[in-house]
Amino acid sequence: MKIAVASGKGGTGKTTVAVSLLLSVANLPDAERPTQLTFLDCDVEAPNAHLFLHPEINTRETVGIQVPEIDADTCTHCGTCAKVCVYHAIAVLGTQVLTFPQLCHGCGSCSLNCPTGAINEVLNVIGTIERGSAGPIEFAQGTMNVGEPMAVPIISQLKQWTIPPDASNGPGGTANDRPVILDASPGTACPVVESMRGADFVLMVTEPTPFGLHDLRLAVEVARDELGLPVGVVVNRDGVGDQGVDDYCQAEDIPILMRIPLDRRIAEAYSDGETLVETLPEYRAQFKNLYAAIERMVADKKGKHAQ
Amino acid sequence: MKQLVVLSGKGGTGKTTVTAALAHLAFQDLSTDLAHPRTHDQRPLVLADADVDAANLELVLDPTRQEEHKFMGGQVAIIDPEKCTTCGICADVCRFEAAMPGDEAYRVDALACEGCASCFYQCPEEAIRMEEQHAGMWFCSDTRFGPLFHAHLFAAQENSGKLVTLVKQHARLRALDTGAALVLVDGPPGIGCPVISASSGMDLALHVVEPTVSGVHDLERIMGTTDHFGIPSLVAINKADLNPARADDIAAFCAERGVEVVGRIPYEDVVTKAMVQGHPVTEYTNGPVTEALRDIWEGIKERTLADRTDALEEVTR
Repeated sequence: MKIAVASGKGGTGKTTVAVSLLLSVANLPDAERPTQLTFLDCDVEAPNAHLFLHPEINTRETVGIQVPEIDADTCTHCGTCAKVCVYHAIAVLGTQVLTFPQLCHGCGSCSLNCPTGAINEVLNVIGTIERGSAGPIEFAQGTMNVGEPMAVPIISQLKQWTIPPDASNGPGGTANDRPVILDASPGTACPVVESMRGADFVLMVTEPTPFGLHDLRLAVEVARDELGLPVGVVVNRDGVGDQGVDDYCQAEDIPILMRIPLDRRIAEAYSDGETLVETLPEYRAQFKNLYAAIERMVADKKGKHAQ
Repeated sequence: MKQLVVLSGKGGTGKTTVTAALAHLAFQDLSTDLAHPRTHDQRPLVLADADVDAANLELVLDPTRQEEHKFMGGQVAIIDPEKCTTCGICADVCRFEAAMPGDEAYRVDALACEGCASCFYQCPEEAIRMEEQHAGMWFCSDTRFGPLFHAHLFAAQENSGKLVTLVKQHARLRALDTGAALVLVDGPPGIGCPVISASSGMDLALHVVEPTVSGVHDLERIMGTTDHFGIPSLVAINKADLNPARADDIAAFCAERGVEVVGRIPYEDVVTKAMVQGHPVTEYTNGPVTEALRDIWEGIKERTLADRTDALEEVTR
């Protein structure tokens, strides 16, 4: 079961919830504990989950996209490559061909269209994927290199390399159920869409403020309306703002699955890299219930599909 | 005219809270500039919200919308099922897993399609066309502190960087037209394409950071990004008293890199209360939060508008 944790607005507690949710599942008695627990930090621009899970990293691979390299001997400067490149990543000026790797999306259209086969594609490294483990949890994260613009290829590689192929099978709390938590970045643009794509459930972490609500609506539009995924909400810093998020969830029939009250102790513990369930172990039970609720919603959705 | 962008690697550190407060303080400060009395059309400040996928600045500035324009984003491939012979070449050449077999013909997942047109060129039946997407809207609104340029990128659309650039360009042109002294840009979180678009051409970046392990980690990354593009930095520590030791670590890290910390904002509920009421926090209270934000504005003014103040003093003399 793949659970993407998203929010729209930043800093609402995605990582706090994602980490504590998986740690609580990992803490289940042997008979109930899934055989495999995976955590993916998909916020490749600002990956922070490692600061809380302290994984031991054992593999590190670079990730990149295929960018054009022009063979000056075979190139006839016909300009076809520049014409077909919608990203303006190639310019042909007289007998000079300029390439701009940071604009390139790696689609390969230039090399497919080059009439003389003068374009080779070479890997342009834009980030790193690290894999390791934190206790029973298999951990992986993507990190985009500073100065690079494109997060999506890193997220898509991260998913491809680390999600077990049968991760979506077996919802319903059986031992072969394999939860994968994907901690997404803030916002609602392409990196978030890539993190949510293929998930079985999107858990929205929000705060009950006008900013939280505004961005929650947008994130729900992406997850539920565009991608057709079931969604549920965790209200963090409950009590801080107004009724807006509650009213919205009720009107939209979105379940509020958990509330974490505003508590300075939680904020202070977070600031030092402590997880919520370590600081306040009484939350473990709530996170286990949250996990069970998500399992039920995913099973319901699959049941409906099967009918 | 100077341009300032408010950034943070990590989300939710208080960029919009700080931007709204700076808009209020800058407006007050620059409007009382008696040497240069201004009419309504010549206000000293232009605002831009460069967080186009989750734009929040408008929620505390109560804008009146004056103009709205369509934003046409990238293209998406569309396969004509009548012409498709299901040869599968589109799926073979697509590197984004967007083209796939459908019920009778091949089809394209618009969310996965990057609009590269590779399939368009390779389809032997010419069954594929590229269609420009209406990806969002951009607006020019009036606020009590000056014009605000902002946008809304529709759900799951691409090209946020392009929309950010558009919003910023219009803000800059307005500032040049009206002789405004400052363009204030509320940036998006992260370090990727919209952040790079929001930062380009800026005279100064103000990084809003919180004293947490994540905040510190992400400050290094965002500062690396602005350094990479040659934009000078200032730092404001938000919720500084949440973890004073870590706030000191941030100050030490900044000192090492020669970056000035222009203010420390305390952790107080009043910030959220002001947001719920729809006000910049400096308009709502005169407490320690507002004092800290005044320090930050003074620091920014000194660093960005100093030449201008000198010039004004010349004039006054």
